[in-house]
Amino acid sequence: MILTAGWYMALAAVLFSIGAAGVLVRRNALVMFMSIELMLNAVNLTFVAAGSEMGLIEGQVAALFVIVVAAAEVTIGLAILVAVFRRRSTANVDELAALKG
Amino acid sequence: MIDLVPVLVVLPLIGAATLIIFGKRIGEPWSGWVASALVGVGFVIAAGLTVPLISGTTESESIQLFTWIPGLGVEASLLWDPLASFMALIVTGVGFLIHVYAVGYMHGDERYGRFFGYMNLFIASMLILVLADNFAVMFVGWELVGLSSYLLISFWFIRPAAAAAGKKAFIVNRIGDWGFLVGLMLIFAAFGTFNYGTVFDEAPTVLSEGTATAITLLLFVGAVGKSAQIPLYVWLPDAMEGPTPVSALIHAATMVTAGIYMIARSAVLYELAPATLVVVATVGAATAFYAATLAMGQRDIKRVLAYSTISQLGYMVMAVGVTAFTAGLFHLMTHAFFKALLFLGAGAVIHSLAGEQDMFRMGGLRKLMPVTFWTMVVAWLAIAGVVPLSGFWSKDEILAAAFAHGPYFIVLWAVGVAAALLTAFYMTRLMLLTFGGEGRWPDGVEPEEAPTLMTVPLVILAVLAAIAGIWNTPWRLGLEHFLEPSFEGVTQQQPPEGQAVVGLALIALVATVMGIFGAWSRYNKAIPAERSGFWKAALNGYGIDELYGKYAVAPGRAIAGWTATVLDQNVIDGLVNSVGRGVKSFGVSMSDTQTGWVRWYGAIMVAGTFAVLLWLLLSGGLF
Amino acid sequence: MIEVLVFAFFAAVAVAGALVMVMAKNPVYSAIGLLTAMFAIAVFYVLQDAHFVAAIQVLIYAGAVMTLFLFVIMLIGVDKTEDTAEQIPYQRPLAIVVTVGFATVILIAGAQAWITGSNLFEVDDLNGTIETVADALFGTWMLAFLSTIFLLTIAAVGSIALAYYSGPGEES
Repeated sequence: MILTAGWYMALAAVLFSIGAAGVLVRRNALVMFMSIELMLNAVNLTFVAAGSEMGLIEGQVAALFVIVVAAAEVTIGLAILVAVFRRRSTANVDELAALKG
Repeated sequence: MIDLVPVLVVLPLIGAATLIIFGKRIGEPWSGWVASALVGVGFVIAAGLTVPLISGTTESESIQLFTWIPGLGVEASLLWDPLASFMALIVTGVGFLIHVYAVGYMHGDERYGRFFGYMNLFIASMLILVLADNFAVMFVGWELVGLSSYLLISFWFIRPAAAAAGKKAFIVNRIGDWGFLVGLMLIFAAFGTFNYGTVFDEAPTVLSEGTATAITLLLFVGAVGKSAQIPLYVWLPDAMEGPTPVSALIHAATMVTAGIYMIARSAVLYELAPATLVVVATVGAATAFYAATLAMGQRDIKRVLAYSTISQLGYMVMAVGVTAFTAGLFHLMTHAFFKALLFLGAGAVIHSLAGEQDMFRMGGLRKLMPVTFWTMVVAWLAIAGVVPLSGFWSKDEILAAAFAHGPYFIVLWAVGVAAALLTAFYMTRLMLLTFGGEGRWPDGVEPEEAPTLMTVPLVILAVLAAIAGIWNTPWRLGLEHFLEPSFEGVTQQQPPEGQAVVGLALIALVATVMGIFGAWSRYNKAIPAERSGFWKAALNGYGIDELYGKYAVAPGRAIAGWTATVLDQNVIDGLVNSVGRGVKSFGVSMSDTQTGWVRWYGAIMVAGTFAVLLWLLLSGGLF
Repeated sequence: MIEVLVFAFFAAVAVAGALVMVMAKNPVYSAIGLLTAMFAIAVFYVLQDAHFVAAIQVLIYAGAVMTLFLFVIMLIGVDKTEDTAEQIPYQRPLAIVVTVGFATVILIAGAQAWITGSNLFEVDDLNGTIETVADALFGTWMLAFLSTIFLLTIAAVGSIALAYYSGPGEES
């Protein structure tokens, strides 16, 4: 059995789904955020796998960029979370339902 | 030269459009002058174009304007032949005089400009009707005069009576128009065209007697409506709600004569259907007598004249019914003169008495309004049929032709003579009540002669009413010769030969004198009350209006009411509203998806992506 | 052969870490689970000759990002554990169904290509060293690289602004 890039992509798909399930099922904002990070990681894995399949270095370059962006996003996201927590003293996402209707 | 014929129609149309739109701006009295001038120019053109026809230097000619309905092969074209020129002269000539009269009569009305716009519209419509070269264009004119009539009858629409009268006229006319339209359809089915020339040339060979009878009867239904014969006459007395110039122009001189013109024009078709002719003549004679009885009991001066018009129209219809087409048209012309004169004079009287129309409150006006009085005397004598005024010649020609037509028609002749007696009676009654005796009007009213603008047309019409007989005396049938080219292939009923004519004329004259004398002896001394019995019944129109109301109008109203409430409100509005309600409820149910929870939105997103992937998978055949 | 074994082992580690992350009640346990998954993914990068990316993954993701997460967990909600009752109707079942279905569909879609390889490309062996990556990054993709500068600057400034933000009505 040769380990082609397809295996990595399959694994990445599974990780992605688990991350998606985490977003949908958990109520703690932090855990939701972490699930999103997991999804980003899975995508990264797919990028690198595809790059190695096609023989292009751009797969890895893309993965790098994703990491950069994810880092920036985490910064801001957590800052927002902290600000929200200060107002409402809860990390429960369901409480933030002001857009209802 | 012949190219000027369309100008005849276009000029008043332009006047109508301009005055209806800008009438308020143009204002008094220029609207009136413009309108009168346009009609006057029309008269001059018509006269100019008639002279060559009289001397025989030109022939009848069709003028093509444009293709109107290519699918049916209908052209918009006009015909200039003796009959058309005859009618055009009457319409523009009498129309011009009435326009001038109206400039003075309508003084002070706040919709002055619009009035003259409508009057010009009417002249244009009537000219379209009489100048048409085919039945389709005639129908356009037919409908347009109906429209103008409606607009003018209900001119003072603030009065509920006027609005109702306009509506009644239009609706009753519609019944006639239905018959006319079905007749037109039959003509097209039989001939494949509406063109007069083609239809009249081919009729003797193409039409069976049955088809001809059907067509002519249906066309006659249209004439019954437009020319106010039994049973569709009920709109004409109510039409007196319109201003008096309108009554004079439309409901005496011109529009109501459209039916007669139509039958005369289609003489070829009518000669192929003897059964219809019997019907026509009978209806005409019956109407002449019936309306005369009703005229005897009226108190309103205009309503007397209205019923008188119906009665005289009956004479014209009787004439064409016995195929004396020229006689009928001759009476049409003389009637236009003296009836317009009577209406305009009545208008002057009403004007001077500040709107009083009940004759029993008039009287003694002969000294105060001399011009009006003497011109109306001329008209009175003319309509009564006193020799040598025009009415005598035309009426007697009709009666003589009826007598000579056949045994059945002698009965109609007798009816006509009886109607003549009654005509003389009620006209004398009118004159005596209005002008004779002492004044009975309320205090504070000071009647005086009408202004010159109004009296000049009266004088001109009086002259015409007096001398017009000269154009078709039995010794020199001028009109008949002139109209001959229009009646090619038609045998017209002639009066009986020799001395019989004189004898018949004498009988008619005796009837006239008896009528005048009867009225004179009754009304010269004291004015009877006339509130009971026959007088009351005649005043009420013998209850015919109530009858129609109960059996014709009420069911129609019920259907309209049902349609408005059940059909319109419940069904149609319900349908539209339910669509709105459905959309709204759909929206409300959709708003349940906006829960405000992020995770819910996320779930929906993932589900959506899943669905798309699934669809791609299935359609792409990756399984 | 070795590759396959390593892959299998670390695949299991990654999935286990992910599952721990999703299912743990204590947020700190979730963070550790994620950390584990990230390490496993770094191993995968190494297996594919993406050495530089693997290093960055450990340094930045596992090192900086997760640390940040742990700090915030410390600030908020360490003691708090969620109650397991689900408020939104049908959320749990729906989520499970949807994600399982999602994964299944993806796996089926790629099954053919993934297992046997697509054979579309001529594969040169990638050398994922820092030199190769740098050549691409500072060569072809310079513009993108420079824009990340802006991105990071904005992120830093934004987080500071948010730190001082105290709600409406109070200017800081």
